[in-house]
Amino acid sequence: MPREDELEYLKREIDRELTLPKLFLETATKYGDKKVAIREKEFGVWRPITWKDYYENVKYTALGLVSLGLERGDKVAMIGDNRPEGLWVEVAALCAGGIGVWLFQDSLIDEVSYIIDHSDAKFLVGEGQEEVDKALSIRDRCPKLRKVIWDDPKGLRNYDDPILIGLQEVMRRGREMDQRTPGLFDALIRMGKGDEVALLFYTSGTTALPKGALLSHYNMLTMGQNLMRVDPCFENDDFVSFLPFAWIGEQMMSVSCGLQAGFTINFPEEPETAQENIREIGPQVMFSPPRIYEQMVRTVQVKYLDASWIKRKMHEWAMAVGYRAADLKFAKKPIPLWLKVLESFAYVTVQKKLRDHLGLSHIRHTYTGGAAMGPDHFRFFHAIGVNLKQIYGQTEIAGISVLHRDGDIKFDTVGKPIPETEVQVTVEGEIISKSPSVFLGYYKMPEETAQSLRDGWLYSGDTGFIDNDGHLVVFDRSKDVMILSDNSKFSPQYLETRLKFSPFIRDVWVIGDKRPFVSSVICIDYNVVGKWAEDRNIPYTSYPELSQKPEVYGLVLEEIIKMNQGLPEVAKVRRYVNLYKEFDADDDELTRTRKIRRSFVEQRYKDIVEAIYSQKEMVHMDTTITYEDGREVKIKADLQVADVPLEVG
Amino acid sequence: MAVANIIQLKVEDIHISFGGVKALCGVSLEVKKGEIFSLIGPNGAGKTVCLNCINGLYRPQEGKIFFEGRDISSLRPYQRAKLGISRSFQKIELFKGMTVLDNIRLGRHIHLKTNLLEGALYVGRVARQEIEHREFIEREIIDLLEIEYIRDKVVGMLPYGLQKRVELARALALNPKLLILDEPMAGLNLEEVEDMARFIIDINEEDRWQVTCLLVEHDMGVVMDISHRVAVLNFGEKIADGTPPEVQNTPQVIKAYLGEVEDLYATRR
Repeated sequence: MPREDELEYLKREIDRELTLPKLFLETATKYGDKKVAIREKEFGVWRPITWKDYYENVKYTALGLVSLGLERGDKVAMIGDNRPEGLWVEVAALCAGGIGVWLFQDSLIDEVSYIIDHSDAKFLVGEGQEEVDKALSIRDRCPKLRKVIWDDPKGLRNYDDPILIGLQEVMRRGREMDQRTPGLFDALIRMGKGDEVALLFYTSGTTALPKGALLSHYNMLTMGQNLMRVDPCFENDDFVSFLPFAWIGEQMMSVSCGLQAGFTINFPEEPETAQENIREIGPQVMFSPPRIYEQMVRTVQVKYLDASWIKRKMHEWAMAVGYRAADLKFAKKPIPLWLKVLESFAYVTVQKKLRDHLGLSHIRHTYTGGAAMGPDHFRFFHAIGVNLKQIYGQTEIAGISVLHRDGDIKFDTVGKPIPETEVQVTVEGEIISKSPSVFLGYYKMPEETAQSLRDGWLYSGDTGFIDNDGHLVVFDRSKDVMILSDNSKFSPQYLETRLKFSPFIRDVWVIGDKRPFVSSVICIDYNVVGKWAEDRNIPYTSYPELSQKPEVYGLVLEEIIKMNQGLPEVAKVRRYVNLYKEFDADDDELTRTRKIRRSFVEQRYKDIVEAIYSQKEMVHMDTTITYEDGREVKIKADLQVADVPLEVG
Repeated sequence: MAVANIIQLKVEDIHISFGGVKALCGVSLEVKKGEIFSLIGPNGAGKTVCLNCINGLYRPQEGKIFFEGRDISSLRPYQRAKLGISRSFQKIELFKGMTVLDNIRLGRHIHLKTNLLEGALYVGRVARQEIEHREFIEREIIDLLEIEYIRDKVVGMLPYGLQKRVELARALALNPKLLILDEPMAGLNLEEVEDMARFIIDINEEDRWQVTCLLVEHDMGVVMDISHRVAVLNFGEKIADGTPPEVQNTPQVIKAYLGEVEDLYATRR
């Protein structure tokens, strides 16, 4: 592995001429068929794609798009699971001078048609039948859409709509075009400038309609470089791409960093096999929202509950050692020799295997961002020796602006700004930042742009402060801070993330703003609680029924009591309700990145809130659930409102 | 797939009785190549007995069965399997302690051309064949039926709906010309039924497969939606035969059966 100061890409000055396609061309020429650019697990085997293959695929796709009428500045919308085709279509669109627009794979029809129409997309590249069906059902609402491209022929044999075209056919046209006009591809790439728009990201938004953030090549490139100035990536690293491309974090790793560092990007076989595939690859770098890490912790906790006595004891002991060492590291105190000895023994006996099962054996840096993560989860990963770091940023700054440094990790902060980035807090407490990666503005929304971009500063809408060590502390979205009965401010997310450390609890919504006391609405984890109930011979048939079992209420109560300890009196949860369903992005309760949309749930579940604060014992609910295909189903349920006993709470 | 006018399977006047019970008395069927052909009828009508006669588990006492013009009446089940007749069962008959992949491989066993000794030594063409079969299973079956994520799971631990899918996978591993499915939808929830119907249509229509399907099924919604032709059995006799609308309008069928069918139909809609 080369030393950090030998990495060429870190020394390079990113000028206004450099674009992502130019860099792609350089990297592909440099490695040719000597290095694997992409790996995909298909038909049970990892299939490598060299830089040469990657280059050819991109080239012919790009020329194919041009032959279909793509002009500079045209938008190419993309939707589908993470797969090599997705990545090379994106790079191809950029090479041809187009602008990439990614949609979340699980977007509902209305979201898809809004984004396609608002972005003026000329092409939609989908994966297979599901995406084609979506596209065909919205074409009337999106008259600017010219062609719909698919790459997986499964189930499409009877589709003959002229708007449809297969990716293979697009590439065949590209090959023809290349024969007619050789050199066109390189010429197209040379025409690009760094300040041109590369990607258009629709932010999920916890509040209003999605806004399209315009990011230039320069934004994306400087972002990747500045991140890797803190934590360099190496060309022999592996990265697993399994999170939506529509999320800036995934773009930051796969494109901004991937093209510069030249590491191998691995695609899982199916979304369901991602965890298994991560284990097979053993990546060096990872960036995920907290839910992925929460899921890992939950897996460990559940396996622990199921393990034999001796294994449980070993785990408990190893974790105790790990926690002790981790806490010393957090406090920047030296670790005594005896603890080091114990730590290495714990590593050999337990933690090594644990990390292997989680796919974290080779991990050098792993980041969490996009939402708040609880301190308990954070400590867990450091206890098993995984270098988990918090990052902070937003789509509008091409990914991240603030990051923990190795050996300087405080789990209540998000770290320090990356190079070339200034972060300040305004008098009102709003976090503002300035860097070469700050976006160009929102597409067709001058008012919103003026609001978030003032004198080159990006106004985030988040509140926070900078602590004595120069670390940034982020509270929440400004409007998400709650004022408790004694007029003190408190973050509901803090309570939520603490509760979510319980394997039995999947989602939590804490209520307490300007209320006499704090309460919470709990979504149990169906699998874990279901297993727990089976082990105790508690019969149930469905989520709603299981959630209302008195035993399950008891189980949740224990977790709340555990959390309440150590909280100030006013912040303790006093009443709670088990919800009859999990929060779901399809019902608009969560954003696509699984952040809770407070104002929406407050409206939707106002009956529950009302029942909690009027001391009722029961609440009757009558709501609709939306399925992914748009169907709606009515659900009726009676929910119990339970109290947390004062003396033990 | 376009239905060719070639009779692939011909059942000619078969009779079978168990003690005093006449399970089938003079049933004749003709299944055309490329068809989805469904056999329906009330409980105890003799549908499964008929399937068992076709793949050789039972020997009819009278009558003959022809497959692609050849009289197969005296062949044993494995010989019929070699000709390309494959089936799944109403109650799952998988090896519960084995993985999904191993179960599917078993269905492929009939195509192994090597002997025990070669297999034990794993030399020469054994390895090559092994890889070829593995590729076939991965590309054509696991991918088609979307069971990548369970390929290494032990079958007994899987939910019922997935076990049904694995059974279909094993039947497909034979690379059949005629696929006999005994109540593929039984015990599945609505979503699983839709998936299964999708898979059957894929197997029937996809260029790669183009398999004739003979179906026994109680879910009338599915039967009427996906079948090209339907035959109705009642107390061991065939009372109707034709396209779904024709069958639905046959007076005997309505009398003997459709009252009940409509109820079933209604529950699925």
